[in-house]
Amino acid sequence: MSARAQTPNDGMASWIGKAFANRSFLTGFLITLLVAVVALTSFLWTPYDVTKLIIADKTQAPSLTHWFGTDHFGRDILSMIMVGARNSIAVAPVAVGIGMGIGVPLGMFAAARGGMVDEALMRLNDLVFAFPALLSAIMITAIFGPGAVNAIIAIGIFNIPVFARVGRAGALSIWPREYILAARAAGKSKTQITVEHILPNIANQLLVQGTIQFALGILAEAGLSYLGLGAQPPMPSWGRMLFDAQTRMVVAPWMALFPGMAIVVTVLGLNLLGDGIADILDPKSRRQR
Amino acid sequence: MIAYLAKRLGIATVTLVLASLVVFAVLEIVPGDPARLMLGMNASEAQVEQLRDQMGLNAPLIERYLHWVSGLLSLDFGRSYTYSVPVIDLVLERVVVSLPLALIALALSTAIAIPVGLYSASRRGAAGDAVAMGAAQLGVAVPNFWFALMLVYLFAVWLRWVPAGGFPGWSAGVWPALKSLLLPAIALALPQAAILARVTRSALIEVLNEDYIRTARAKGMPYRAVLWRHALRNALIPVVTIMGLQFAFLLAGTIIIENVFYLPGLGRLVFQAITQRDLIVVESVVMLLVATVIAVNLLVDFTYAIVDPRLRGRS
Repeated sequence: MSARAQTPNDGMASWIGKAFANRSFLTGFLITLLVAVVALTSFLWTPYDVTKLIIADKTQAPSLTHWFGTDHFGRDILSMIMVGARNSIAVAPVAVGIGMGIGVPLGMFAAARGGMVDEALMRLNDLVFAFPALLSAIMITAIFGPGAVNAIIAIGIFNIPVFARVGRAGALSIWPREYILAARAAGKSKTQITVEHILPNIANQLLVQGTIQFALGILAEAGLSYLGLGAQPPMPSWGRMLFDAQTRMVVAPWMALFPGMAIVVTVLGLNLLGDGIADILDPKSRRQR
Repeated sequence: MIAYLAKRLGIATVTLVLASLVVFAVLEIVPGDPARLMLGMNASEAQVEQLRDQMGLNAPLIERYLHWVSGLLSLDFGRSYTYSVPVIDLVLERVVVSLPLALIALALSTAIAIPVGLYSASRRGAAGDAVAMGAAQLGVAVPNFWFALMLVYLFAVWLRWVPAGGFPGWSAGVWPALKSLLLPAIALALPQAAILARVTRSALIEVLNEDYIRTARAKGMPYRAVLWRHALRNALIPVVTIMGLQFAFLLAGTIIIENVFYLPGLGRLVFQAITQRDLIVVESVVMLLVATVIAVNLLVDFTYAIVDPRLRGRS
């Protein structure tokens, strides 16, 4: 225990202080919070009922009654975006969870064992990376049937090698440290060391990568839904809304404008949040993406 | 250097073989009998069985795998179930759309990203840097297919400068064909450029902190020359890595963009083949794309060795 990084009692408070002084973090945090609140609000209230089709109101331009206009079935686009936010926000964390839950232990295991095990796992990683992620996600959802759950799994599988790589690289950089040597001398097993010392020390990197994958997951989910492989109608999803908008660009461009902006804002918020966290945890770090 | 390249080549070969096993196995467990699909629901069990024999679907697994692989190696991909033409013809017909599209997009993205990265890195912290990186931050967040829709609205629907979609074919002339690839290429390139610009900037900043840069400056070398001759060259490794990944993504990941613009490319071919259960097409095209990704990565590894002399000594 004593070997773990020092976290004095005021550590958390100063961390939060530093965090909110960081412009990227603050902006990203506020945007992400806004999206989350919108998604949660949609469970209790939306301006209009998204399951009710009112053909008389179809493709209305944005106005005071319908801020973002209506779609080809007369549904309120703002309400649909609110409900669609649930979908995007639910898919990405689960997919990141799958990637982290399987990838990180694999990567840390490879780092701890080294040798043939490491080599084999890394070759397996190369293998998954050789398959273009989107293509494989399309294959998985097309084969096992379209739907939100299969989309999550498809995106999750491609998060595994990403986290395996980060977990392994992080662990490899910690293993030669002196406090690890001390822990080994004290008779701790490799598993114990991994759980007690390696994991807490690479948590930061994992958190930063998590926000990146979260953002990428939202983009991937939108892409799959656009192709009709994600959440199925009548459940509104941002990607599907863009698909419906495509053939109606001439009469109702707002049908494409607002769902796309919802995606951009959400992804931007998460990326800023990730940049901010990376800055705060390691001021020297400059994120690659 | 030889040892390094040999190891890379070995890894690439192993990955390729494993990938072929995975593709074969996955399509083996896919529900849906292609013979049944071709004959329709009304065909008798005996007819289906006869066609299965004809298509070689009843042969043992290993025999079918070896047959498939040897076919791939001799560029005989078999015949498409739905189009009833050799798969290689379908592929060649589509490659002439997808490959130019990917190349144009990559060229555009590089042409935007490297200068922006250089500009930002050399004016780190200044207003210009902040604006450029703000734009890049936004660019990374934009889904390329939404950006494509916006481009269509602006340039095809509103200004009527370019067609909204479709591809006239190269036989219609180089300019009309290029014109219909322009918007898709821009849509693909911009988000990629945003990523590449950020990578270029951060790699350059890292290099600019090195002692040898200070030495070069101290001996009186102009800043511009230092930037191009020393900094950019040393920053190239991460940049080339990302470019390799992006090219692979562009070749295979254009599925959505090809759908937006109704382009008859490889992505749409494989997407339609998947929905129609035309497994032989899926198998071949996916394998081809995977082989391309592996080849590009290998090329990137070789580029490392050329760009970075330090790697040549290591294995």
